[in-house]
Amino acid sequence: MAGLETFYEVMRRQGITRRSFLKYCSLTAAALGLGPEFVPQIAHAMETKPRTPVLWLHGLECTCCSESFIRSAHPLAKDVVLSMISLDYDDTLMASAGHQAEAILQEVMEKYKGNYILAVEGNPPLNEDGMYCIIGGKPFLDQLRMVAKDAKAVISWGSCASHGCVQAARPNPTRATPVHEVITDKPIIKVPGCPPIAEVMTGVITYMLTFDRMPELDRQGRPKMFYSQRIHDKCYRRPHFDAGQFVESFDDEGARKGYCLYKVGCKGPTTYNACSTVRWNEGTSFPIQAGHGCIGCSEDGFWDKGSWYARLTDLHGVGFGIESTADRVGLGAAAAVGGAVALHAAVSALKRAQHKHGNGSNGSSHTGDAA
Amino acid sequence: MTSIDPASLHTAPPALPATIDGEPVGRVSAVYVYEAPVRLWHWTNAAAISVLALTGYLIGQPLPTLSGEASQHYVMGTIRFLHFSAGYIFAVGFLFRIYWAFVGNHHARQLFILPFWSRAYWRGLFEEARWYFFLEAKPKKYVGHNPLAQFAMFWAIGVGSVFMIVTGFALYSEGAGPGSWQDHLFGWVIPLLGGSLDVHTWHRLGMWAILLFIIVHVYAAIREDIMSRQSIVSTMVSGVRTFKDDDPD
Ligand code: HEM
Ligand code: HEM
Ligand code: SF4
Ligand code: SF4
Repeated sequence: MAGLETFYEVMRRQGITRRSFLKYCSLTAAALGLGPEFVPQIAHAMETKPRTPVLWLHGLECTCCSESFIRSAHPLAKDVVLSMISLDYDDTLMASAGHQAEAILQEVMEKYKGNYILAVEGNPPLNEDGMYCIIGGKPFLDQLRMVAKDAKAVISWGSCASHGCVQAARPNPTRATPVHEVITDKPIIKVPGCPPIAEVMTGVITYMLTFDRMPELDRQGRPKMFYSQRIHDKCYRRPHFDAGQFVESFDDEGARKGYCLYKVGCKGPTTYNACSTVRWNEGTSFPIQAGHGCIGCSEDGFWDKGSWYARLTDLHGVGFGIESTADRVGLGAAAAVGGAVALHAAVSALKRAQHKHGNGSNGSSHTGDAA
Repeated sequence: MTSIDPASLHTAPPALPATIDGEPVGRVSAVYVYEAPVRLWHWTNAAAISVLALTGYLIGQPLPTLSGEASQHYVMGTIRFLHFSAGYIFAVGFLFRIYWAFVGNHHARQLFILPFWSRAYWRGLFEEARWYFFLEAKPKKYVGHNPLAQFAMFWAIGVGSVFMIVTGFALYSEGAGPGSWQDHLFGWVIPLLGGSLDVHTWHRLGMWAILLFIIVHVYAAIREDIMSRQSIVSTMVSGVRTFKDDDPD
């Protein structure tokens, strides 16, 4: 990849001192959960490796992923965007536009064939030949396929690219489709969340650039270092959960005391993300800390899984078109069966009495004495 | 009342041509049917399911909030602990029951086998259903489970237990974490069913399915004990089936 400076060179050119550079390396190591012994390794990689081109495409989306990304505290998004990775094409962030921008895309693809990373924000709609999302006069679907062809790896930013998110929620009129269902021949890293946490995004990208490999992924293709535990596993309100102290409604005493939000529908127990450890906005807070339950924004199909304010959700999520919870269905069925049993018992008793009076027939008289 | 070694029944020529459930029982008034391990399993399993259903219900619909310091209470913690302990007992018991299906007598296999291709089985099931609809004056005699009971037990407990164990341990793997044996063996279930929340919902629906079976099962056991021509409840206690009349089939 001749022609590209190393990360370090770019950073120095940007006026970043060696001291801040090393500080940045330690912060990165910490963000990735690596020990101090990795700091020199990261520094060495940054000093010697040419920066990797990243092409950042935007499909059907709300741009919340970009908004999150540029608010990263460590490593500073400025460093990432301008120095570490060469964001050669990002139609939202780059200065160029129109034909000029599309030309850059072609150029990077040709020059770094097989070596660039494709980051996708949003997803392609497949209905009407992809006409619901047009980039530079052509369906986004075509652009995605074209750029993915020679990419080294694909990053699916956010719940849109990873799972489909709101535009894929029922009834999904445009047939918005997550990236991995369209691009099937490339390694794909899913970084779900609506949006994903800034530090998670930069952490993933930094890892890939410094170690020149994919972070370890879980069964669903998410980087293990950020998605291996549930919000609930590290929630600071967990002691109230274990104790059985819940917010029963949003204006009660429990809410003021900061009890667990489980009963008002917190999805922390079923959501894999790093919010309860990394938090948001430079570690300031996260939804639960602000008194609202997690809505499970990083889980597949979280729009279609029933109320965000009820623990037991309706059965749409599991494929029944039923506006009812498992308990209402279960209790209803139990009541029906219980009623049937009671009725059956009554008829049985009647029949037995009849047989006894009628002198017994067909061996039922024997039944009588044995019981 | 004579108790007859079931093994001799297989070898000795039948006294009467009438056979029930493959075994000649014409004038036999008592047969040893459910071996001790099956009975022990039945009651342990019933206890485990009762604990699982009660605690499971409370996991999804917790008790009212307690006041005071969090460190004074451990209500959810205890409920979940009981659920997981009973879950292990339930799962280990079920594995043992599968083992016993191989080494036990042939009634021990009924829980796991649906004689789908046997016409006699479906005829028996149909007749038993008619008996329950009061259309048959007199039920047939069965040494083991009657065909209708076998049908319900196969689906609700044979298949139902597998479903509850698989989804239960998948949920358990979320707490045990990636790399745990629960995760290796059952973690794949979570994405398969569409995510953690869906597995919870399926697991809960599974509970209701099993509870429906239990309502019918306990009623049928008591009713048949009174109305059928054979002993029922005491059979699951002593293992011995007694018949109330000497008529063939
Ligand atoms: C007949 C057997 C069982 C019944 C009736 C049962 C019932 C339930 C119910 C109703 C829930 C609450 C679901 C919800 O609303 O979210 C639950 C949760 C759970 N069950 Fe079971 N269960 C059974 C077997 C098992 C087994 C064998 C295991 C494995 C150890 C297990 C592990 C769990 C776990 C880990 C949870 C989630 C707890 C939590 O979210 O805090 N269950 N069970
Ligand atoms: C949680 C509750 C219960 C469950 C899950 C359950 C399940 C089962 C199962 C799976 C069998 C088949 C046994 C085998 O083939 O290994 C069975 C048989 C039996 N159960 Fe239960 N049982 C429950 C409660 C009860 C209760 C409370 C009674 C007593 C009233 C009872 C009476 C019987 C009897 C008498 C049989 C033998 C039926 C026959 O002879 O065909 N069960 N039960
Ligand atoms: S607030 Fe939510 S994540 Fe936190 S302990 Fe309660 S249920 Fe779990
Ligand atoms: S707390 Fe839950 S809903 Fe909120 S951002 Fe994190 S994962 Fe998404």
